[in-house]
Amino acid sequence: MTRVATPDTADETARGTTVEFRGVQRAYGSTLALDGLDLTLRAGELLALLGPSGCGKTTALRLLAGFDKPTAGEILIGGKDVTGVPAAKRDAGMVFQAYSLFPTMTAAENVAFGMRMRKVAAAERKRRADELLELVGLGSRGGSYPHELSGGQQQRVALARALAIRPSVLLLDEPLSALDARVRVQLRDEIRRLQLAEGITTLFVTHDQSEALAVADRVAVLNAGHMEQIGPPQEVYTRPATPFVAEFVGVMNEVPVDGHRIVVGAAENRQVRPEGLGVGSSDGLPGTVLTSTFLGPVTRLVVSTAAGELTVDVVSRAGLPGIGEATTVSLIA
Amino acid sequence: MTRGRRWRVVVFVIAAIYFLVPLVAAGEFSLRKPGGGYWVGNYLAIATDPVLLNALLVSLEIAVLTAVLVLLLVIPTAVWVRLRLPSVAGLLESATILPIVVPPVVMAAGIAFVQANLDAPVFRSLFSSSITALTPFYVVLALPFAYRAIDNGLAAIPLRTLVEAARNLGAGLPSALARVVLPAIRSAVLGSAFLTLALVLGEIVIARILLYTDTFPIAVVDVGRSAAGVSVALTLASLLLTWVLLLAVSFAGGRRTRSTPP
Repeated sequence: MTRVATPDTADETARGTTVEFRGVQRAYGSTLALDGLDLTLRAGELLALLGPSGCGKTTALRLLAGFDKPTAGEILIGGKDVTGVPAAKRDAGMVFQAYSLFPTMTAAENVAFGMRMRKVAAAERKRRADELLELVGLGSRGGSYPHELSGGQQQRVALARALAIRPSVLLLDEPLSALDARVRVQLRDEIRRLQLAEGITTLFVTHDQSEALAVADRVAVLNAGHMEQIGPPQEVYTRPATPFVAEFVGVMNEVPVDGHRIVVGAAENRQVRPEGLGVGSSDGLPGTVLTSTFLGPVTRLVVSTAAGELTVDVVSRAGLPGIGEATTVSLIA
Repeated sequence: MTRGRRWRVVVFVIAAIYFLVPLVAAGEFSLRKPGGGYWVGNYLAIATDPVLLNALLVSLEIAVLTAVLVLLLVIPTAVWVRLRLPSVAGLLESATILPIVVPPVVMAAGIAFVQANLDAPVFRSLFSSSITALTPFYVVLALPFAYRAIDNGLAAIPLRTLVEAARNLGAGLPSALARVVLPAIRSAVLGSAFLTLALVLGEIVIARILLYTDTFPIAVVDVGRSAAGVSVALTLASLLLTWVLLLAVSFAGGRRTRSTPP
């Protein structure tokens, strides 16, 4: 993995700590929010915990932060069991979904708060707060109060605040979900850049598969309290381990295949992503276009065929079949 | 003007007359000079009458003690209930209303019974001065107002996230409360403190039944027997003082974080 040293963090000793969930279970009454989670974060990696709401991903994050206690199992940070350690002593920096900045403190005071709790000298606090605000692109806004900052700026301050305590692990709880699309992508890439630069082990909880695939070293897909699959984004996307993963991480078609052709009733069923299908070739499976959605660079067609409804992504261009028109669907090489 | 609006104006005017006429009348009366003309002599009695002055100091002392105790009791409780025991919020809300539902006279009768029948030294010393005797009961009386004001303040901030963020950064719960939550609900805290002040400056029933004569409201009533003008003047003055303080709180609350940094 790429690591970029910044002047201030090059001398740090606590770079890249491992985090381990061992058989972690959390029950609320008779419901299991987490049902024996085993998960290891490697030193310095960004692991995305992906799943629908209620799958247990936020529970896992809160257990790691120390806001909640597991009903069984243990959690290790850097090889040390922290299951009983209170949140204030966990050494985990967290970025919340939104509205987590202290409203009566300026951006710089927010960033310095964790250092104040750790009794860092005032001059050093100020120096580091300024430096971190500079790092997240808000060098001139240190004196602003949270309500004077935009949502994206607030999350940048929250990120700087979490990093200011030089935590051994960074926890991101859907930090982009309250932002608009453009800022979301911008901040997403910035988080990744900073994470690589600091070399800090990071758990990124999200329900947005594109976000997870874009930034993570590995993606863990959670469903109903247990893990469905863990692996690099490419692997999770191209070789989903379960039908749930296939459906949740993008759209997946079940296509009957004989050799390189789609043949209704063929013995082999293959899972094909929408971009693995094309329309209009002469030897394809005939069908009718049900919907056509222009997504910019690609257009998504849903085609009704004898093999069921197939979702096809094609490069946007003139001459694509419109809604109600006949076309054919085929595998592309 | 729509029908709804016309009704609103009518109701407002009637309410305004109902509340303002007695105040204006009292104000006019308090400014009357015996033998004709107007003066402010009644308002100056507070400075010249040592009994009144002492009573004011006693009551302010009780008010400050009461406010501090009520806030120490209510803030951690309200935070704890919101964070850990949301299921008992309804129960607590009903419990804090009890001091309003049960008339003070009933409470005072109960306290008088305790006062007369408990002979332990600790109770004797507690009941020996109006400050130590009345403060605990005023704390009970102030609970409904303080709890509601604080709880509303807490409802207006993302309490759980703020506390978790503070703990995540290394603050213990007391520190998170003092450094993060308290400043964020500052206007609610000041509001309940001044409501407590208003309550203490107006409470007569319990003090009278327990036979304490040195609090401000009692002294004002007593002085009214011989000098009605002074009594009315002081009542108005304490009412205005409370209003001004509450107004100041709402203005300060509104401007809380607007100060421009250098």
